[in-house]
Formats: sequence, C-alpha cells, structure tokens
Amino acid sequence: MQLTAMAMSTPFDEMNGWPGDEPRAAYAKVKAWLDAAPPELLPTRRAQAELLFRRTGITFNVYGDPGGSERLIPFDLVPRVLTGAEWARIERGLVQRVEALNALLADLYGAQEILKAGVIPEELVRLNPQHELAVMGHRPSKGVFVHVAGVDLVRTGPDDFFVLEDNARTPSGVSYMLENREMMLRLFPDLVAKAGVAPVETYPDLLLDTLRSVAPAGPEPEPTIVVLTPGPYNSAFYEHSFLADKMGVELVEGADLFVRDNLVFMRTTEGPRRVHVIYRRIDDAYLDPLFFRPDSTLGVPGLLAAYLAGNVALANAVGTGVADDKAMYSYMPEVIRFYSGQDPILGNVPTWRCREPDHLAYVLDHLPELVVKEVDGSGGYGMLVGPHATRRQIEEFAAKLRADPQGFIAQPTLALSTCPTLHDGRLEPRHVDLRPFVLTGADGVKVTPGGLTRVALTPGSLVVNSSQGGGTKDTWVTDL
Amino acid sequence: MLSRTAANLYWTGRYMERADFLARLLDATVRLSGMPTTYGDPAAWSGALAAAGVAEAFARSHEGEPEEAAVVRYLTVEPTNPSAIANCVEHARSNARAVRTGLTREAWEALNSAWHEIERLRAMNPAKLEVRELTETVQRAVAVFDGAAQRTMLRDDAYWFLQLGAAIERADNTARLLDVKYHLLLPRGEPVGGSLDYFQWSTILRTVSAATAYRWVYRDTVKPWLVADMLIFNDRMPRSLTCCYASIVELLDRLGAGSGRRGPAHRQASKVQLELRENNVEAVFASGLHEFLDRFIVDNNRLGCAIAEQFAF
Repeated sequence: MQLTAMAMSTPFDEMNGWPGDEPRAAYAKVKAWLDAAPPELLPTRRAQAELLFRRTGITFNVYGDPGGSERLIPFDLVPRVLTGAEWARIERGLVQRVEALNALLADLYGAQEILKAGVIPEELVRLNPQHELAVMGHRPSKGVFVHVAGVDLVRTGPDDFFVLEDNARTPSGVSYMLENREMMLRLFPDLVAKAGVAPVETYPDLLLDTLRSVAPAGPEPEPTIVVLTPGPYNSAFYEHSFLADKMGVELVEGADLFVRDNLVFMRTTEGPRRVHVIYRRIDDAYLDPLFFRPDSTLGVPGLLAAYLAGNVALANAVGTGVADDKAMYSYMPEVIRFYSGQDPILGNVPTWRCREPDHLAYVLDHLPELVVKEVDGSGGYGMLVGPHATRRQIEEFAAKLRADPQGFIAQPTLALSTCPTLHDGRLEPRHVDLRPFVLTGADGVKVTPGGLTRVALTPGSLVVNSSQGGGTKDTWVTDL
Repeated sequence: MLSRTAANLYWTGRYMERADFLARLLDATVRLSGMPTTYGDPAAWSGALAAAGVAEAFARSHEGEPEEAAVVRYLTVEPTNPSAIANCVEHARSNARAVRTGLTREAWEALNSAWHEIERLRAMNPAKLEVRELTETVQRAVAVFDGAAQRTMLRDDAYWFLQLGAAIERADNTARLLDVKYHLLLPRGEPVGGSLDYFQWSTILRTVSAATAYRWVYRDTVKPWLVADMLIFNDRMPRSLTCCYASIVELLDRLGAGSGRRGPAHRQASKVQLELRENNVEAVFASGLHEFLDRFIVDNNRLGCAIAEQFAF
C-alpha cells in the first residue's frame, strides 16, 4: 500500500512542509514571530501558561495513578495553523461525515436498510454489544443521535487529511480547545490578532442552542438543560464543570436526578424541578442501573424509561457506540455513499479488519509495520504500534490477535504530520493530530473552526492521547 | 439551585471561615504564650486546642501538657485532624471543585491558589514551617476569596449559601472562643481586672481582630464583661453573635424569597435571634456565661441541621 511506503519517509511538517520546501505560507506570520522572539521568551511564557493552568485548575485525573490525582495536560505554545481554504474542505467533510453517522444510527435503530442492502455485514451490528437493543425502534427527539462528535483527523501531506476515528459517544477535549485559545490571547495577544484567527469562543453558545433545539415539546417555555457528570473523580470533570459554567446550566451527578412517572427531575433547594435535556458525559452502560449495569451508582434509575417515553432528550443518544467502533469505521466511506450518494470528502485510513481471514493473515505477516487497535478501545490503550514494539510485544500481540480476531483492526503506521514544538528551549518536530468538534441539532450541523490539536511530546511517538503523555496546542484557522 | 450544589457552597463557606479563625487563633496564641510567665499563660496552648474544638482528639494522640510545637502542627497540617487549617482549605476546595459552576472563575481561582500555596507549605519540613507564614497565607487567601466572591458573584442562591455557611461557622467560632476563655482560663480567685486576666481577654480581641475596635466602642480598658458584650451583642462588630444572626436571618429570607416558603431553618434562626435581642451582658453574666454559650452552640448546631433539612442537602 502507498501509505505504508510513506511511513518510511520524513513526515510532512505543518510549518516547513516537506524537507527542502520553503516554509509554508500559512505559517508566515507565526514563523516570522518565532524567528524574532528572544530565546528565553518561549520558556518564560510556557512557565506562565503552566502557572495559569494550575491556578484555574485545568487538570485531568489519571485512572490508576495513586500518586498525582490531578495532572496538567502539557500545553505547547506554537500553534497549529490551518488556512481558511484547508479548513473549508475539512468542514465540508466533517458535515458530510457526521450527517452520515446520524443517518446510519437512525437506520440501524430503525428500518436497517443498510443491512438489507448488504453494505455492512449484519453480524457487525447484531453481534455488537454497542448496538443497544433497548432503544431499537426509538426515534430520539428531532431524530438526532450524535449531537456532539469529535472526529479525529490526521494529516500526511499538504492535501491529505484522513479520518482516524469517529468519536460519537462522549468525546472530550473541547474545554482545552477553548482554554488554549484563552491562553494564547493572554500570552500573545498581538500575534493572535495579526494572524487573523477565526474565533472559537462561540462553541458553548452553539452547544446550548444545539441542546435546546432537541428539547422534547412541552408546556414549559424554556427547557431545563443539565450536564450530567460522573463526578469530581472523573478524568474529564474539569471539562464537565467548564461547559456547564459556560452554558449557565446546572452540573448534576446521578444522585441529583430522579425519575417519577417517566419524567426526570432534579433535586433543588426549592423542591423538584423538571429536566428536559441531559448533556450526559456518562457512558451508556452507567446511565440507568435498571436497564444497564445494575452496580452503577453514577446513573439514574428509570432514566431509560423516561427517555423512551420521549420525556427527556439525551445528548448523545443511547446506542451511538455502534457507529463509532473501529470495525464500523472501516465501512464509513460506503456508509457515506449509501446515504448521501456522494463520495467521501475526507478519506479513511486504510484499515484491515482482522475479522476477515485474508486481512488477518496480512496483518499477522506485517505486524512490525502496522498499528493494531482494539475495536472498542479508546484512549490509546491496548494498541500495538508495530515499528516501536519489541519482538516480544509483537509475539504477544499476535497471540491475542489469533485468539480474538473480531476484536481488532489494523492500519498502516501513518507518517503523521509534525508541528514545531518547544522542547528544552528549542523547537523540534512532534507528531500531531486534530480533533474538531461537530454539533448537530434540529437545525443541522455546525463545526467550530479549528478544534483540539493533540501533540505526541516524545520524539517520534505517534500516540497523542493525553492519558499517555500527549500535549495540546491551540489550533488556528486563519483568513489566509 | 441544585441541593447538592447548595450544600457544597455552604460547606465551602464554613471551611474557609474555619481556616481563617484557626489562623487568627494561632497568631493570638503564639503572642500570648510569648509573654513573660507573670503575665502570660502556661495553658495558652491547651486553650487554643479547646477553642478549636479538638482538645479531646489531641489528647488521644498526645501525652502530657500540650506543647507549642505539637499543637501548632496539630492545628495546621496534621493529616488526622479534620479541622487542621490545611485540611479546612482542602475541604473547602474539594467542595468548591465539585460545584465549580456555583463560583465565579475569580472566586474559584482564589481558592485554588490558596490550596496550592498551603500544599506547598504542607510539603515543607515541619521543623522549618513558619507558623506566621502559614497563618498569614491563610488569612490573605480567605480575604482574597471573600473579596472575589463579593465582587464577582451574582447575588443569588450560590452567593447566599456561601455566606450562610460562613456566618454560621463564624458564630460558632466566636462562641467557642469566648467559652474557652471563660471556663478554662479564668483562674479561680484571680481578681477581675488582674494582669493575667487582662492579657487573656486581650488575646480574644486579637483573635477576632477587634482590639482597636474595642477602644472605639467602649473607650475603656479591657474588661471581661465588655469583651463579652462586644462579641455577643454588639451589632456593629461583624463577628458578634448578634451580627452573625442578623446576617443569617437576612440570608434565609433571601433564599426563601424565591419560593415564598419559610421552613425549619427560618424558625430556628428567628428563635435564636429573638433570644439574643431579649438578653444583655449583665443577665448573661448573672446566669452564667458558660451556660449561655453552651446553649448557643447547641442552638447554632441545630440551625445547621435545620438548614440541611429545609434545603434537602
């Protein structure tokens, strides 16, 4: 495959292009500024940024880390810049992709036309634990399933953007998109102004509009919207509180809600108050102990019944996991064609489905050059990065693969683009990806320009997940 | 407002107030214990423990007469003492962190910075820990937090629950402070107005930052009954019981205004306020200051329970 061959060459750099290229026009202002900056400026600003992040408490909790329970995600000062033209294409691709995700879910929980047409193998849905039978036939309020999507993109060349993952459950990271911009505005106001950066500050308002637009019809003029969090020990708790705060809605835990007569209420100091829309940051499995995991104390007993009765909207809807697992991912180009009749604007990374014997055979033969991922994994856990693995790790992984081929997919090790990143006072290339956030309400799909750029801080590393030591950058869409 | 949010804000207010009180108490006790023994007070440190309400807990883990270093450690950074200053700040922060939406960014950052600062001091070698550095840090942090809350928070339930917690804690602290001095430290047979007495009552005034205010109000030397009058009945003294209860009743009225309902907390607060109004310092001394304060502390605790009941904490 072409992409495999590409992995061997030097990666494309967001600022400097291919080796030997002139610096890219998108970065002209940033580069001029970096070149003119005195050497101690960046380290000084970085220390300031860290202090500010700590003071604000922009931290995440690491599971299974007994020592430091609250950690900062490293923030890199050099922005990741996209031109307006680049972004326009990405945006069209994202809208198309997320529309297809919503159409797919409506179909999988409805008439299942796509299965009848044989575009997707039936067992991929029937045997998928994420295909939630409890909501079969239920049409969520206004027909929207994925209100908030975080689509992970990677870049391998000037015009080569690929979708790496569709996160359609409870994607996180949007608070970093917003806080990183705040930080840049605070530390480098002139530079941000000069570069003509498209604002991201409207995201909370767009989110609120999106949630409001799917409120179930009722006599109340204003729907009550809440953010449902698993609580302060959750890794993304800061984000939950941040979003509730920016939208001006209550941040609730499961115990703050109860269901009576299939209506959802929250316990307030002035008695029960009806809740209409729940932006939930809790996985399906924990939502309602009566239906899902009975041992869950995070959820609300009776919530699913209220949801099925159409008395409360959940964002995202129950059961979206069937659309974003990594096995379904490989069919997304066909899914887009099936529902829209158009070719995908953003391509997929070529994917071998280990469930298919010839793919499995290929994967087992080429493990040292592939990335192998669990179908339902996330956070960069449980994956094998072939080129960086030891012989022994590869053998162990091969055994896992043979034991459960359904559970894995493999992709070529992509030469992800790099972006200059501050390391020990110097700028060095580090691999980056991009997670734009896509909102879908009753009135269509909206994308905030930019998104969260994640950066692998270890030289040569391709794992950008914050739980694995990745950092973040501000992402600029400029008017160039 | 969400009941849990209200409870978290209420306890944030209480713990910040307690941290501030403990810091003042330590400052004043350091000063008192530094006096020459003729004027000073050998029992200053056990008095501080009693005022903080942790004398028994301290005795369980320490033998003999409480000594300065041990008490300071216990009241500042001891992990097993839930009321140690560092733990109060930590409790305040974890309550606030659970309801960040209830606080403005400024108020939260003030609290979060205080916590980082205290954690830094806590991590230091205890032998090198400067009491004054810690107490000043805490007092400054509470002032910044209060200021940020006052300047930036909407005047609605969130702000009022925060203030309510602070007012109830403040009343409790003032009552305990007076009570300790009264029944533990006034030695039998010591003539009223004697020198030992003088420094002890001055210490009370310092603990509540009222030494100068006292002169302005009474234009007299320090006299126990006037100190008691000031801290119980003076309606201009922000830490007096009367003043605390004026705030409490007002805050409960505001909190009830939305629903138009008055619950058990209103009734309890009004009852205590009425008793304060119909009393005076002569009557209190005649019937026993200790008995009066004891009853007040119980009543104040009952109010805490009534608030939890009324607002479904």
